[in-house]
Amino acid sequence: MSQAESQEKIRVEGLDFHYGASQALFGVSLGVRTNHITACIGPSGCGKSTFLRTLNRMNDTVPGTRASGSIQLDNHEIRDLDVTTLRRRVGMVFQKSNPFPKSIFDNVAYGPRINGGGSRADIADQVERSLRRAALWDEVKHKLHQSALGLSGGQQQRLCIARALAVEPEVLLLDEPCSALDPIATAKIEELLLDIADSCTIVIVTHNMQQAARVSDYTGFFLMGRLVEFDRTEKIFQNPAHRETEDYITGRFG
Amino acid sequence: MSDQEKRNSPAADVAHGHTTFHQKLDALKAGLVTLSQMAEALLARSLDTLRTGDVAAAERVITDDQAIDRLEMQLEADAIALLALQQPMARDLRFIISAIKVTSDLERVGDHAVNIASSMLRMRRLDRQLPLPPIIEEMGRSSRSMLNDALDALVRMDGAAGRAVCRRDDAVDALHDALFRSLLTHMMEQPRMISPALELLLIGRNLERVADLATNVAEDAVYLAEGVSIKHHSAT
Amino acid sequence: MSAARLRRRKLVNAVMLRTTGACAIGIAAVLLGILGYLFLNGIGSLSLDFFTQLPKPVGETGGGMANAIVGSAKILGMAVVVGVPLGFLGGVYLAEYAGATGQFVVRYVTDLLNGVPSIVIGIFAYALVVLPAKQFSAYAGGVALGMMMIPIAVRSTEEFLRAVPRGLREAALALGAPKWKVLVTVVVPAARDGIITGIILNLARVAGETAPLLFTAFSNRFWSEGLNEPTATLPVMIYTYAISPYDDWHRQAWAAGFVLLMLVVTMNIAARMLMARSPLRGAR
Repeated sequence: MSQAESQEKIRVEGLDFHYGASQALFGVSLGVRTNHITACIGPSGCGKSTFLRTLNRMNDTVPGTRASGSIQLDNHEIRDLDVTTLRRRVGMVFQKSNPFPKSIFDNVAYGPRINGGGSRADIADQVERSLRRAALWDEVKHKLHQSALGLSGGQQQRLCIARALAVEPEVLLLDEPCSALDPIATAKIEELLLDIADSCTIVIVTHNMQQAARVSDYTGFFLMGRLVEFDRTEKIFQNPAHRETEDYITGRFG
Repeated sequence: MSDQEKRNSPAADVAHGHTTFHQKLDALKAGLVTLSQMAEALLARSLDTLRTGDVAAAERVITDDQAIDRLEMQLEADAIALLALQQPMARDLRFIISAIKVTSDLERVGDHAVNIASSMLRMRRLDRQLPLPPIIEEMGRSSRSMLNDALDALVRMDGAAGRAVCRRDDAVDALHDALFRSLLTHMMEQPRMISPALELLLIGRNLERVADLATNVAEDAVYLAEGVSIKHHSAT
Repeated sequence: MSAARLRRRKLVNAVMLRTTGACAIGIAAVLLGILGYLFLNGIGSLSLDFFTQLPKPVGETGGGMANAIVGSAKILGMAVVVGVPLGFLGGVYLAEYAGATGQFVVRYVTDLLNGVPSIVIGIFAYALVVLPAKQFSAYAGGVALGMMMIPIAVRSTEEFLRAVPRGLREAALALGAPKWKVLVTVVVPAARDGIITGIILNLARVAGETAPLLFTAFSNRFWSEGLNEPTATLPVMIYTYAISPYDDWHRQAWAAGFVLLMLVVTMNIAARMLMARSPLRGAR
């Protein structure tokens, strides 16, 4: 195992999370490895999305929520970081593609612009690079200044990935990014995730455990707010250590 | 990004580079080709020692088989991981199933090469020697070429070539019968020669098994190419 | 069920259905009636002169209301300057920043303000602007109408900001934008067409207000220079002309009423068209 492989980008320890009076996460602890893909699977309401949204403090925007425990990004508590800095370093792609009602170019340029990012040429370069990384450039290069809302669902989601990549995040969080897409669009996104993961740490929440199996290096199985099992993906899908995990992935759940 | 660009980008070569399903399949296919080359080479070297009587070479055959065993285990694990993680369909599914069976066949070919080398070493230690019967050399040539053609058919997904290999199994079986009768005659005529004759009989037996394994591989080639199993049927 | 009861039910049903239908037709008839009546009575005075000439002195026929048309435009512009920034920023606070108490207070205050009779607003503007300046003016009229715009501006801004999908805000926040930047660069632009629509409808509503202008802008039979003089407006002219004893003035009042109504109708149509192309449609 190489040096890079053993490094942890994010270390979560004893994470509890509350929505008002109801507790959504119970003592979750796991390590997200640098430049690897970590998948979170589990039935609806198991807390996997909540967990993902704690990693860039997106839950801070929801009133009445409370997180306790430790989340460290490169050995620094994220609650001590400036939240905007944290979110630049830890990008996010959402379940429902959410392009801004602006042009394709302006969508991708949004992050670099608000972060004060350089000359017009620099921004145009960054837009092209990000669209290429998201495997969308060839499809949109002739219509960069048309509305992003005219793209297909799969293209919109890749645009959202390009938009997130344009900030050059160290970690990319994806919350069920393919749940509204057809198999071809899903395959494209999975392929580009494999590409991106060579230079970016990825955490993906998915309902689709086959997707977790296909793309991830590590998989965590969540059940009722608890992390039941976390291990290498091959181990989880071939010989999980816990009965609950095996029941879930073999469809004997509940 | 096109495949061409992907190969050229340094990022694709990092230690744990993430690969797509089809890249993983290609890697499995490449591993299978390597394994078949190793097994064929080991068989050829063990047959060579019969002619040359090179003890050191025979001993190397026995130790080199471990590399085949290791690669077989690794490829099998890779193939199972592909089944578990990638939901392969249609010819991808057939290829992985075939790969699991063929790696095990090739590992057995390696074992037969080891058996042949061991027989050769035991013969060298006997005080009486028998000349190498031409039938064994004929069986060696036939089984090697069957194995070679079967692996070719598999890699090229050529059903017709696979069926052709299956039809040649009967010829090797006939050679084996002829060898058995001739050595039996020897042993009855010269009981002093029973030990070397038994070793030669064992060698023939191993070569006959290699031809059977080549037939298995050829059957898998037909399954892979056409999606039908021709086991336990005449290969016409 | 007896046949008699069934018959009775059918009868009640038919009566009620026809009554409600008649009421609906009645409502449409009222609007069409007003439009038609204004048109028929005012058409005689609707000429180019009406839009380009000053009022003629008492006793002479002809002349127009050019000064009142320009005056109304000035005062409405002034009202936008006073009412929209306050209303918009109040709406932003209400939708984005106010806590539960803040929301309650702002909503309560705007509802109360909305309920204040327009004549009272006029008196207030009179005390606030006219008395210190010792002068009726377009300023004073604008302040009065602007105050009337505030409650609706607050609530419509709030509505349209809240209608911006949560996903858009989260997308911008997730890119590391601070909240104010998310507002300025994503939320407000996405709500822009809606907010403008609200302002136009709001403006159309106050365009016809007369009472608050009576002792703020007052009126003027001549051109008013700048914003610091008594200024004629269409509603006040309609009022003045309608209570006069002259037939020609009556006809001009009808014409002014027709022009005012058409202005309101145009603004409504413009607002609807703007809303129809809003990017938020279907994105919700």
